[in-house]
Amino acid sequence: MYCDECKQRPATVHVTKIINGQKHESHLCPQCAQKDQEMVSFNPSFAIPNFLAALFNLNSQIEEKILPAQSAVCSKCGLSFEQITQTGRLGCNECYSEFADKLEPLLRRVHGSGQHVGKVPLRRGGSIRQRKEIEQLRALMQQLITREEFEQAAQIRDQIRSLEQGLGG
Amino acid sequence: MGMEEILRTTASRWMEGTGNFSDVVISCRIRLARNLEGYPFPNALSETQAKQVIKEVEDAITKVPKEMGAFQFATLDDVSPLERFVLVEKHLISPQHAENPIGRAVVIKEDQSASIMVNEEDHLRIQCLLPGLNLENAWQEASQIDDMLEGSLDIAYGEKSGYLTACPTNVGTGLRASAMVHLPALVLTNQASRVLGLLPQLGLAVRGLYGEGSEAMGNLFQVSNQVTLGKTEEDILANLSAVTRQIVDKEKEARQVLLEDAREQVEDRVWRAYGLLSNARLISGQEALALLSDLRLGMDLGILSHPSPEVFSELIVITSPAHLQFFTGREMSAAARDMERAKLIRSRLS
Ligand SMILES: [Zn+2]
Ligand SMILES: [Zn+2]
Repeated sequence: MYCDECKQRPATVHVTKIINGQKHESHLCPQCAQKDQEMVSFNPSFAIPNFLAALFNLNSQIEEKILPAQSAVCSKCGLSFEQITQTGRLGCNECYSEFADKLEPLLRRVHGSGQHVGKVPLRRGGSIRQRKEIEQLRALMQQLITREEFEQAAQIRDQIRSLEQGLGG
Repeated sequence: MGMEEILRTTASRWMEGTGNFSDVVISCRIRLARNLEGYPFPNALSETQAKQVIKEVEDAITKVPKEMGAFQFATLDDVSPLERFVLVEKHLISPQHAENPIGRAVVIKEDQSASIMVNEEDHLRIQCLLPGLNLENAWQEASQIDDMLEGSLDIAYGEKSGYLTACPTNVGTGLRASAMVHLPALVLTNQASRVLGLLPQLGLAVRGLYGEGSEAMGNLFQVSNQVTLGKTEEDILANLSAVTRQIVDKEKEARQVLLEDAREQVEDRVWRAYGLLSNARLISGQEALALLSDLRLGMDLGILSHPSPEVFSELIVITSPAHLQFFTGREMSAAARDMERAKLIRSRLS
């Protein structure tokens, strides 16, 4: 069998294309198949630092109009927000609180959210985990109240109280 | 077992060719980014501080209970450049980690299912690799290692932002989950870009493995989550698993179409690949990858009864440049590697 395309070399590549539910078969030589090869092109692998830098810069341009001269640096690592925008990397954990206002819109744009809801560290997240548990119990209590299941709601309320005492407040 | 033995053991758990949907999903990976509270992130770390971080992690590792498995620790400058790239080819460390060894270290679980990069972009990059679509188990294992390290290390965490990472695209859960999928039928029927092109809208990123730029060699693709903040780990994994299962379904449909409408052509393609691989005297990495993909398709469609699926992943890894040179014990030109690669493949297929 000869190549459908150049009709010169033997066809060793057999391609079935489905276009709008219609099947198209072609028999090609490796050279023509190469040319035919579908461009498997996606762009999710865009360079993240550049992408971030672009996002950062967008923010800082807006920022600059309001606050013309601001060159605050992180008190822990000494990086300025300008340096961070250039590399797309923060310098330390404190940068997150030092530059919280500038990061917030960026995080929302990247993640669609600014609030962590996932894992809490096992050892040091004790009080955070308890607070999350209390929040969940409060929501449950509200549900029980709207369903008029007051006895159960009262039990949950007591549970919340004892947890709150454990937190010292 | 020392680092040397890990390097010499070519079989990693992720290559087993087992697990859910293993005829399409080659392996899955969980990566957790974590940082120590007391230090700047690695990009702003002094050499002395980098050493201190390494020391803290090394100490934490020695406290790991035996039932968690045995871990090997090494600073990267104690590992030769060639050996570092053997670790890259085994998917145990990233190329960036191998390229910049100063002030960096690696911890590897002896069955090679888990590793920790120390002072890569973050102080800790815990990763877990399993065969098939097995994200929940990989997450359990990575999370356990995380808990165990957090038992003695102060991890940077904020109630609002979660786990604090050098790059804001990882903050929150610090979780990057991915599945490596083999999609020969979707590529052959020209549907790959359409199917995979939908993924960014679902919060997932796709990239071709082994190949520069947009070219996906060996029909292998990696699908991973993009969002790390504002979703629980369970939600992130459930989303990735569900979408990966849909990709599996599409690939299987396409394989069925190929078998029904183009059986001879597919068989021809598979047997040609088998013929070339078992007879070639010189073979480039690129050609080998393409033919191995055809071979694997033949195994999964029942056209070939031998070799077994794990040979596919293992051959891809051991015919990579660093592995070839490591096992022959000498530096080789590309031409010499092509000869050695062909020889190795012939011996595995005979
Ligand atoms: Zn042609
Ligand atoms: Zn800082």
